[in-house]
Amino acid sequence: MTTSQDSIAASVDFGTVKRPNAAQQLLSFMRTKPLGGTGVVILFLAALVAVGAPAIVPYDPWDINATTQLLAPSSQFWFGTDLLGRDIFSRTVYGTRVSLFVGIIAMLVATSIGAFVGIVSAYYGGKTDLVIQRFIDSITYLPSLVLGLALMAAFGPGFTSLILAMIIIFTSRGVRIIRSQALSIRELPYVDASYSIGASDLRIMLRHILPNTFGPMMVVATTMIGSAIVIEASLSFLGVGLPPHVISWGGMLSGEILLDFASAPWIGIFPGMALTLVVFAINVLGDAMRDIFDPRLRGR
Amino acid sequence: MRTYLLRRLALFVPTLIGASIVIFVILRILPGDVAAILLAGPTGDSVYTQEDIDNLRESLGLNKPIPIQYLDWVYGMVRFDLGNSYVTNRPIARSIRQQFPVSLELGIFTIIVTWIIAVPIGILAAIRQDGISDYILRGIAIIGLAMPSFFVGLLVVLFLSVLFNWIPPIGFTHLWQDPVVSFQQLVFPAVALGFSVNGTLLRMTRTQLLEVLRDDYVRTARAKGLSERVVVMRHAVRNALLPVVTIAGAQMGLIFSGTIVIENIFSIPGIGRGVLQAMFFRDLPAVQAYLTYFVLVALVANLLVDLTYAYLDPRIRYS
Repeated sequence: MTTSQDSIAASVDFGTVKRPNAAQQLLSFMRTKPLGGTGVVILFLAALVAVGAPAIVPYDPWDINATTQLLAPSSQFWFGTDLLGRDIFSRTVYGTRVSLFVGIIAMLVATSIGAFVGIVSAYYGGKTDLVIQRFIDSITYLPSLVLGLALMAAFGPGFTSLILAMIIIFTSRGVRIIRSQALSIRELPYVDASYSIGASDLRIMLRHILPNTFGPMMVVATTMIGSAIVIEASLSFLGVGLPPHVISWGGMLSGEILLDFASAPWIGIFPGMALTLVVFAINVLGDAMRDIFDPRLRGR
Repeated sequence: MRTYLLRRLALFVPTLIGASIVIFVILRILPGDVAAILLAGPTGDSVYTQEDIDNLRESLGLNKPIPIQYLDWVYGMVRFDLGNSYVTNRPIARSIRQQFPVSLELGIFTIIVTWIIAVPIGILAAIRQDGISDYILRGIAIIGLAMPSFFVGLLVVLFLSVLFNWIPPIGFTHLWQDPVVSFQQLVFPAVALGFSVNGTLLRMTRTQLLEVLRDDYVRTARAKGLSERVVVMRHAVRNALLPVVTIAGAQMGLIFSGTIVIENIFSIPGIGRGVLQAMFFRDLPAVQAYLTYFVLVALVANLLVDLTYAYLDPRIRYS
């Protein structure tokens, strides 16, 4: 038995099939999915802007200047200035930091907890599963924005409250999706096979179920970053999100801006466009990944 | 159908109990003393004494054990007594009764506007697959999806004020009071609110129709010599729209939570303004009532979609 297997392995010579490295994979992704590739490029640039913000900005984004109030875009102030004379370009650049940070943290925590709770809940089933699911269902009946408002009212305003609220909102959605994935994987023959040769529950969950939820999880995680950014911006816009001294795109559009918006539209248009661009990039990337990970939709 | 409806309505009860517990738990994790927070006011610098705190706690029933507070609240809700607002001291039920028709009008108006705009465009994009109009329409849809509703709302306000010197009106006229004025009031908020929903609906219509157009019965319809118009409108679209209706249910939740943002931009005195005010002043009983409202809206929307689905698709019969 062992000898015949060895000889087959030797004759086929698996060594010649090389796995494409990460750069090659990225390149082929860009070629087959140009729109998704555009998303990758935009997000990469946004990340660069976020990290290098202090080096990019021409002015201190917090610097209030009474002599430069509500100036239109010019070579001196590329995106103009706001009511307090602050440079809109510098503020838009700094806004990238908060948006990406909130989106990525919410996504990382939500998918990690979501994967853990979702898989355990689906694998063991029974009463625990039922209780967890009823609880999650009750939360997800509340729209994200409403839940966000309620949590911000409960925690009080502030950066930590916002992050906590985002984590709660998106974890409940993550658990739901990953659980349904895990439920269908649990029924597959290879899980039975693994069980029959005596693999432990932990091994089955970690080695067999978890890796197979990765595809859909990547899609969910990507769209989650986009939703988190929009919810954060909406909450800050409504004035219950981030405190005024934290620069965020939503915050730049909030408050008394409506009074000056008609006469000085640049105060709102640039942060709004930045927000739209980043969400657009995330959406098209998510679409491209869904095409790749969901074989039913492939080639459409 | 009748038994099905009754069974679905009965299922509301456990969901509402679950949701009410979640809502109650969320609002009781408030750090600090609710009475102290209320007395400090929204800016947090009003002066008060320990005696004030004790009195307020007593009058709000906050000295009772948490489970009793919960039962009190649920008992009140069952009798449609939502309690009084901490801030205005008016009955919350009365505020909601005034605000609900406004938001409902805006919501229904938005749904109508999105269907009128998105579905025909989706059909057009599918018929002209990979043509120039298809690409342009899909491009607009994908940008619509990326634009947050408050940004769309602000742009609509900007557009209107620059072109027509328009400012958001104070007050609100109901449809039954003056249909023309009401229409003028609602059409722009509805377009702004429906903008992102349009994107989803359009893309869904397009993909579903493309799929159906490849089905055998469509080929049969073409083979027997029907005009393209009849093939698409009578045979394909009817079946393609079924899954779109399901999506519309999820969209209704989105539209009703979107009213929060849009009502505040266009100063429409609906639920959205009420809920934001309640949140801002941390008016607990009011916040609880509003959250329950949103759960109810989601439940009813889901039920309506399921019923529409059963009505549209004769293959589905609920026993």
